[in-house]
Amino acid sequence: MSTAKHRIALTVNGRKIVREIEPRLLLSDFLRSELRLTGTHVGCGHGVCGACTVSINGSTARSCLTFAIQMDGAVIETVESLAPRGPLSVIQQAFHEHHALQCGFCTPGFLMTARELLARDPDPSEETIRTALSGNICRCTGYVHIVRAIRAAARKLAEGASHVD
Amino acid sequence: MKPARFEYFRPTTPAEAVEILARYDGNARLLAGGQSLVPLLNFRVVTPAALIDLNHCPGLDEIRRDGETLLFGPMVRQAAAETSELVRACCPLITATMPFLGSRTVRNRGTIGGTLAHADRVAELPAIAVALGATMIAESPNGRREIPAEDFYVGDLTTDLAADEMLREIRFPITSAGHRFAFVEANNRHHDLALAGVAVNLDCAAERCDRAVLVVMGVGPTPLRLTAAEQRLEGQAITPSAIKDAAAASVDGIAFESDLHASADYRRHALPGLVARALEQAMHRSAETVR
Repeated sequence: MSTAKHRIALTVNGRKIVREIEPRLLLSDFLRSELRLTGTHVGCGHGVCGACTVSINGSTARSCLTFAIQMDGAVIETVESLAPRGPLSVIQQAFHEHHALQCGFCTPGFLMTARELLARDPDPSEETIRTALSGNICRCTGYVHIVRAIRAAARKLAEGASHVD
Repeated sequence: MKPARFEYFRPTTPAEAVEILARYDGNARLLAGGQSLVPLLNFRVVTPAALIDLNHCPGLDEIRRDGETLLFGPMVRQAAAETSELVRACCPLITATMPFLGSRTVRNRGTIGGTLAHADRVAELPAIAVALGATMIAESPNGRREIPAEDFYVGDLTTDLAADEMLREIRFPITSAGHRFAFVEANNRHHDLALAGVAVNLDCAAERCDRAVLVVMGVGPTPLRLTAAEQRLEGQAITPSAIKDAAAASVDGIAFESDLHASADYRRHALPGLVARALEQAMHRSAETVR
C-alpha cells in the first residue's frame, strides 16, 4: 500500500522525465539519486540552510521540503541549468571573480537565490541583497564577497550582458 | 532525515480532502506549502499514515474582498499575499508583516492557511489574525463553523480544529481609515525565529484611541492579548507618555516561558521595548498613509 510507487512526469532543466517513485521521496533526493543531478546539495535537510534551493515553476523553493510526487507536471530548474554546456553564467562568473565561495557547498543555493533576486530587482541595494540571502547559510565567506559578487553581476547585467542566468 | 512511509492523496475538492481526513481519524495530515510540516516529517516528529496534498484543489488560493471583509483561501502563498495590491489596500498590516515570515524562498511555497493552522508559537501570522480580529472558517464532512482567531489557538502546534476539520477560509475585517498598526519582533538574526513579537492595531479615528488591540507572540504557546497595556491606551491620546505607560504595563498578567533561544526573564525585559517600538511605529503608519 504505502510503498506503492506512483508515476510522475515533469520537466527538469528542459528535459522531460518520467519516473515511478515512492511518495516519501524528497525532491532533493529525487534530483540527486534518481537523476544524478548532484549540483543540488543537501545541508540540513529541514529547510534551514538553503543549499538545496531549486526553482519550481519559476519560483525558488527548498527541494528538501518538497516531495517529488508533488512535482507531477512541474517545471524544475537546478543549478545545472545555469551553464548547461560551456561558459559560466554572469552570476557564476561574478562568484568566481569575487571569491564568493570557499568550500562551495552552499553555492548552488546562493546562485539560485541570487538569480531569482536579480530577475525581480535588477539593481538591488546591499540591504536588499542581504535580506534576499537571509535564507541561505554560508559558513566560509562571511557573506561579504557573496554580496559583492551579486552587486557585480547586477552591474554586468545592466551593461547588457546576456540574461540573468 | 527521511520521512517515514505514508499514503499520498491528491484530492481535487475540499470536500474530498475532509472526507479523507475524517476517514483517517486524526492519523492524516493536510499538506499545504510544507514549510513547517515537512521538517517535522523529515525528523519523524510526526509520522502520519497519510498526507493529503491540497495543492491540486482549484480555487483555494483566492484572495477576494466581500463588502467589509477580506477573504483568503488557505492555499494563498505568502509571497502572493505579500505582493497583492488588494491585501495592501484592505489589510496593510498583513502586507507589512509578510517579510518577517521567513526568507522569500520559504514564502514562495508557504501558505497563509498553513502557517495559521500549524500554530507554531514563533509564527507571526497567528498574532496578526488575533490583532485584526480575523475569523477562521473550519470545514468538515459535517459542514462549516466559524471560530474567532482568539479562540482558535489552544496550545503549542494546537488549534481548535477537530481531527476531521480543515481551515477552509480566513476572513479579515477591512482596516478602516484611522486605524494605526504595526508589527515588530526581536530575533538574533534577520529572519531567524522570533524571540518575541508584538502586533498593535489601534482605532484612532478620533483624537483619542477608541480601541486598542495589542498581541504578543513567541513568549508562550499561543498569541496573547496584552490586556493591561490595552486598558492604558483606550480613551487616551497616544502621546509619548501614554506609550511609556502602556509599555511598562504590558508585562502584567503574561506568563513568559523560557526555551533554548531566550529565557523568560529576557522576554519579560524585551516586551516593554517592543511594545513601545510598535506603538511608535503605529503612530507613524496609519491606514491612510499606506493607501
